[in-house]
Formats: sequence, structure tokens, C-alpha cells
Amino acid sequence: MGNTFAFAESRGGALRTVAFEAVTAARRAAEVSGGGEVHALVVGAPGIAGQAEQLARHGADLITVVEHAGLERYNPESVAATVAARIGAGAYRAAFFAASAQGRDLAPRVAAALGKSLASDVVAFELQGETFIVRHPVYAGKAMVTLRLTGSPALISLRPGAVAAAEARGGGRVEQAQPALDPSAAKVVVTELLDRGGAKLDLGEAPVIVSGGRGLRAAEHFALVEALAAAFGNAAVGATRAVTDDGWRPATDQIGQTGRVVSPDLYVAVGISGAVQHLAGMRTAKTIVAINKDKDAPIFKIADYGIVGDLFEIVPRLTEEIRKAKAGA
Amino acid sequence: MKIAVCIKRVPDTELRFAIAADGKSLDPAGLKYDLSDFDGYAIEVGLRMIEQAKTGEVVIIALGPDAVQETIRKSFSMGAERGVHLRADTIPSDGLLIARALAAELKDGGYDLILFGRMATDSAAGIVGPMTAQLMGLPCVTAISQLAIADGRGTARRELEGVAEVVTFPLPAVLTIDEGIARARLPSLKGIMAAKKKTIESKPVELGEPHLTVERMELPAERSGGRIVGEGPDAVPELVRLLKTEAKVI
Ligand SMILES: Cc1cc2nc3c(=O)[nH]c(=O)nc-3n(C[C@H](O)[C@H](O)[C@H](O)COP(=O)(O)OP(=O)(O)OC[C@H]3O[C@@H](n4cnc5c(N)ncnc54)[C@H](O)[C@@H]3O)c2cc1C
Ligand SMILES: Nc1ncnc2c1ncn2[C@@H]1O[C@H](COP(=O)(O)O)[C@@H](O)[C@H]1O
Repeated sequence: MGNTFAFAESRGGALRTVAFEAVTAARRAAEVSGGGEVHALVVGAPGIAGQAEQLARHGADLITVVEHAGLERYNPESVAATVAARIGAGAYRAAFFAASAQGRDLAPRVAAALGKSLASDVVAFELQGETFIVRHPVYAGKAMVTLRLTGSPALISLRPGAVAAAEARGGGRVEQAQPALDPSAAKVVVTELLDRGGAKLDLGEAPVIVSGGRGLRAAEHFALVEALAAAFGNAAVGATRAVTDDGWRPATDQIGQTGRVVSPDLYVAVGISGAVQHLAGMRTAKTIVAINKDKDAPIFKIADYGIVGDLFEIVPRLTEEIRKAKAGA
Repeated sequence: MKIAVCIKRVPDTELRFAIAADGKSLDPAGLKYDLSDFDGYAIEVGLRMIEQAKTGEVVIIALGPDAVQETIRKSFSMGAERGVHLRADTIPSDGLLIARALAAELKDGGYDLILFGRMATDSAAGIVGPMTAQLMGLPCVTAISQLAIADGRGTARRELEGVAEVVTFPLPAVLTIDEGIARARLPSLKGIMAAKKKTIESKPVELGEPHLTVERMELPAERSGGRIVGEGPDAVPELVRLLKTEAKVI
């Protein structure tokens, strides 16, 4: 009953986890719609073909590889034209993208080029007959909508992590293709990729996030937050807008309505009041811990575990205990 | 320099929400509406560009029911010069329909820059900007956190996961504005007075058939948390025990 498509996102010559999530979603959509193949497309500099096998392992039956020296970095116009041409020629039931920074840029362009509607940042989907039913958080996470997406192909971008990548052997045929638009003809050019350094773990991917707020009182006190993150070993550091506004942390660390939206296994809020705009970015964390000296701070209403008191006393102790627990584990 | 800013009127997310009887929308009782956050940043970017160029104007474009005129007026009081109201009974959830209507309006406007918010706070989709650009065949850079324009070319910065891109593009172009560039200025008293004299051109739009429609809307399950483990550093061992044995996150 029709094949499904997945765009396999890569950066710096390697596939990203979201690529496997998209392929897994396409596999699942193919299965519930009564079979059909999963076709994946990957673009990049020459050599990216070496990544095809990993896509086959996650269920791709056909992998279209578009290699071009001009595609070493993301080239929005060339990639959108290439993906649109591929989807247009494939008569697919559905096409999946990641709602990552790159996917959020790419998917709407492809949708408009095809004249098809797009369900963005989807956290769950199912098929009712011919129709895709998708779920998506709206109003800064304060409500959830269930949407009906009709038409073929159904275009869907998936929130990173919403569909766990799963291995499933696919046919794994590989074909080479040319970009539908010469990358050098594009008007928008990515001239530089800046490694922001510091944080090795991205906020969107870290299983643990330790976040600091104005309660830390000064930029240098973030050393406490960083030490706690280091004790966990698998943690990234986040911040509130109060903190990024004051320049204690870069704007890219901001979590919330106008910052990053994250869903880690554990979120530790240190000296954070819990304004709605902040909660919008972290309320879907699996476990939330709050440390705040004000027992009436709104953060305690959504925290699973809270400690009331002075963070300057509590955080060093917590760091020590976590270090011990990790060493014993 | 002629700059268009596309803005959306959205419910203020700080208020308490309830779902309406139809099970598909917010209960309008007690809701307040305002400019979507990132659209405020987009207006600010537009105004600064005009101030820098010392010539030109910011034109506001909003699609929706008559009430969007109130939001356009707010943009006037910040400093925008003109407004276009694309009249529709409701704002569709299918972003493609909005993008088509905006593209048709913007096509012959002679704009050097067309600005959008990175995403609207209600739909949280982030698609109308790049869709509009694609339909118009214009260069587009999404979710930018820095911008410089000189000699008909722009340079912007985009934040990705863990890295940032520096992107160059020619004008005219479509940009969507992220956190980090500019906070929206507050309306000034002078601006509020001047806003009364500025004009909004209102015209009906035909939206066509949506392919993305709301079936249901729900409030997320409340977190059942709220357990205070204790006070001060002495509560730490108990917290760590709970994280280990109950939450199983360490
Ligand atoms: C349009 C808009 C968008 C916004 N977007 C965002 C966003 O994306 N993300 C975001 O975070 N915010 C956002 N905000 C800002 C938000 O409204 C809050 O102002 C901000 O989140 C507050 O940050 P905070 O918790 O660090 O500071 P505060 O609210 O000042 O809280 C500090 C907390 O620290 C506690 N504290 C102080 N000293 C100690 C101590 N020694 N030990 C323990 N606790 C202590 C205090 O009790 C207090 O609860 C936005 C606002 C607007 C208007
Ligand atoms: N009804 C509308 N009228 C004008 N601009 C809109 C409208 N809806 C969305 N936009 C613009 O598109 C951006 C992204 O919206 P969305 O794709 O819904 O997240 C918004 O920040 C606005 O700049």
C-alpha cells in the first residue's frame, strides 16, 4: 500500500540520531498501512554513501545517496529541491523529517515546493484508514492538539526523541543521484560552521540537564552548576532567560518558550522560580528536581522532588552525593 | 528599505487555559490576546533596520478575524507605518493556507526584507515563514539570532544543536527571527498617539481547503509532583536515594 519516505539528516559526514528516528517512523507507517518499502535519502559530501548501511540496519529498503562537494554543509535550496523532486517522483504515502534545527528549515520548504500540508513537531502519530492522526504540543506546551492530516504524501516532522530509533533489517539497496539544484547555484550559503565548544552534550540530547536561574546571583557561581553536571557525567547545563539576559550564560543555553524545549530523563532546576515561560521548555522532563529557598516558588508545583533551602549549601552536597552514587554504581 | 513583518495574534500563554465545549479549541472566556513573542522580535529587527537605513518603512501583515487589527495597532505604536489585514473568519491550523495568502499579498509589494517569527507561540509550528519564501522563490534563512545587512547582502547566524551556522544571502530575502537578536520595544506614548492616524488596509482572502485540521485539544496531564523531600543540605541523601530507587534516573 504505497511506500514511505524518510529524510536522513547528517552533519559533518555522519548521520544524526534523528535520521534513524525518521527511518523508524517511516518503517512503522509502512507496516500499519499494510506494507510497502521504506525509502531514505541522504545528502552530503563525497563519502556520505558509507553511511547507507546504518540506514539499512534501521529498516531502509532503498537508500538514495546524493553526493556532491558542494553539499558538505547544509545547503537549504539545493537540498529542498532534491528532496522535493525525490518525494514528488515517488508517490509516497508519507514522508518523515526531524523537527531538528535543520529539519525545521527543510521540511516547510519541501512542503511548499510540493504544495502539500505539513504537520510540524509531531510527538505521536497513527493511521486511521487513509488519514494520519498526529499529536503536537501547542500554546507553549500548555495544551496538546490531535490533528487530522489528509492528502498524499502526508508530510510530518518529528520532535527529536519522540520516536525511539529501532533496528530492523531493511532491503538496503543503494542508488546514487544528483542534486536537483546545483549547490553552487543556491543564493543562501552557509559560509561557516562555528563549534560553540564548551558543552559537549547538546541540550536536546543530554539525558540529564542541570539548569541555573537568577538564584545563583552571579556568572561565576555557575561553577556550582557545572560541577553538579560533571558529577552526573551525562549532563548538559541550561539556564533561564533572566540568566542569559544578564550575559551569565550564552543565549543558546536558554530553556523555555523562547529558548530550547527539552525532555531529558532528569531536570535539576537550581535557583529557578518556575515562570510559565520557563516551564514551557522543560515541563515534559521525566523527572524534575527543584532547589529553591522559597517554599512557595511555582517550580515546586511541577517538581517531582524538591529541596527547600540555600542552593549554595545544597548544591555542593548534592554534587558530592551524586559523585559517590556514580562511583558506587 | 521596505520591510514587511508578518505577525500573528495569539492567546497570552501566561493565563490559565480551559478547553472549550467543542473539545477542539481554547475556551475564549478569560483569554487575552497579544502579538506572538517572536513576531515582536521581528518587528523590532525591522524597526532597527529602518532606523539604521534612515529611510523606508515597516509594513505589518496579519491574517485573521477583525480582532487582528488591534494587534496591528499595537505594532503601529511601536513604530510600524502601515498595516495590511487579510480578513478571514478564523486562522487556519494548516500553515500552507496562511503561507499562500501571505505570498500572494507580498508578491508585488517590492519588499527588501520579509520578516517572520521563528514560530508562533500558539501553533508552535515554525513553518509559515519558510513556506512563504519557497512559494515566492525568495532566499530564506530561518531562526536567525544575529543579522547584519550591507550593500544588498545579508549575513545571519543560526543556532543549531551544539553548533552555529553563519549564512550569507542576497536581498530581497525572507528571514525568521529567533531569540537573541532583539527584544520588542514597548509602545511609546508618542507612538500610541501616532498609531491612531495610521491606516490599515483590510481585504478578504480566500483560503481554500485545509489538509490539516484540529480533531481534539486537551490540557496535558498535570504533573502529580510537588513532593518536598526536605529542607537544607541534610535532605540531599534522601533525594539521591529517591532518584536512584524511585525515579531510577541515576
Ligand atoms: C515573551 C517572554 C518570553 C520569555 N521566555 C523565557 C524563556 O524562554 N525561558 C525562561 O527561562 N524565561 C523566559 N521568560 C522570562 C520569565 O518570565 C522569567 O522572568 C524567568 O524565567 C525568571 O528566571 P529565574 O527563575 O532565573 O529568576 P527569578 O524569577 O528571579 O527566580 C530566582 C529564584 O531563585 C530563588 N533563589 C534566590 N536565591 C536563592 C538561594 N540562595 N538558594 C536557593 N534559591 C534561591 C528565588 O527564590 C527565586 O525563586 C520570558 C518572558 C517573556 C515576557
Ligand atoms: N495568521 C497569520 N498572519 C500573519 N503572519 C502569520 C500568521 N500565522 C503565522 N504567521 C507568521 O508565521 C510565523 C510562524 O508561524 P507558525 O508557522 O504557525 O509557527 C509567525 O511567527 C508569524 O510571523
